[in-house]
Amino acid sequence: MMPLLAIVALAAITYGFRLAGPLLADRVAVPAAAQRLFTSAAAVLLVALAATSALTAGHDFAGWARPAGVAAAGLLAARRAPFPVVVLVAASVTALLRLAGIH
Amino acid sequence: MRLQWRTNRVSDTALVRDVALVCLADGIVGVSFGATAVAGGLPWWVPVAMSLLVFAGGSQFAAVGVVLAGGSPIAAVAAGAVLNTRLFPYGLAVADVTSVSGGWARRWGARLLGAQVLTDESTAFALRHTDPARRKAAFWTCGAALFTVWNIAVPLGVLAGSAMRNTAAFGLDATFPAVLLALALPTLTDGRTRVAAIGGAGAAVALTPLLPAGLPVLAALGGLAALWRPKRRPRGEDSRAVSRPIPVRSNR
Repeated sequence: MMPLLAIVALAAITYGFRLAGPLLADRVAVPAAAQRLFTSAAAVLLVALAATSALTAGHDFAGWARPAGVAAAGLLAARRAPFPVVVLVAASVTALLRLAGIH
Repeated sequence: MRLQWRTNRVSDTALVRDVALVCLADGIVGVSFGATAVAGGLPWWVPVAMSLLVFAGGSQFAAVGVVLAGGSPIAAVAAGAVLNTRLFPYGLAVADVTSVSGGWARRWGARLLGAQVLTDESTAFALRHTDPARRKAAFWTCGAALFTVWNIAVPLGVLAGSAMRNTAAFGLDATFPAVLLALALPTLTDGRTRVAAIGGAGAAVALTPLLPAGLPVLAALGGLAALWRPKRRPRGEDSRAVSRPIPVRSNR
């Protein structure tokens, strides 16, 4: 469950990050190393979330159809396909595999 | 004078066209966000409230992903918050666009409103220009348009997700990880980040059967250890990554 409090907390933290930049711009400069760490942390989290949500459902394996759709979409994304195409391919490949009896 | 007017007109048209393309892409992602959230069993107001209040697509997907996997709200907030740390350096980079002259109310109004529409996209649009007026125009056009489109698209997705009886048959569950992957790929520019990401993802998947939901993803941050290196190289070598341009593409 996602309580309203959690949404408000995430919103407040996010807004804090958003407002801090413009307010502090005259006074601070983020060290290049810290900036790289932010970028890398975001990349690590996104890939980990993509991997777990593609491969697992609850504590178990999600079946073959979903990871196959995600892999097809990932290949297209790596080739700089437009975002809507990536989304549609993920859904269609998974849906077609399930239609064919592969789950 | 005339030439100046012409160039402005041309770049205004280009700005509107580019913003429209980004809005179209993000609109589709927004529909998919609303639909997956309710298809996963969340009440309709969760994706709607998140889109208005959080308004940061990547973190919305991340937080909902953790919750749908059975994770705790705290793990969901933590995952979303880590993703949004990048908004801080963005704000430093485009601080000028929300700075307007005028009275107290006008100055703070612009600061506070501008902060809410600070996203990957609006930052990228502002950074394409050097002229202060054009930077402002690009930032506010993109920010306002995206906020509007996102908050129409997500409720539409909620309606679509609620109407579908069997979302698994439509492969909707695959759009979620696909969006996250598409968001991550442009940021995997250097080898060490790739090693960290792949190592972290492997660990997260391996830990999923063992740990409570939500924690494996946060444990993946341990992959950041791959970035650590003994300080042997000369300092100047590191400067190349500092001004990496932000790709102008959908990052919602």
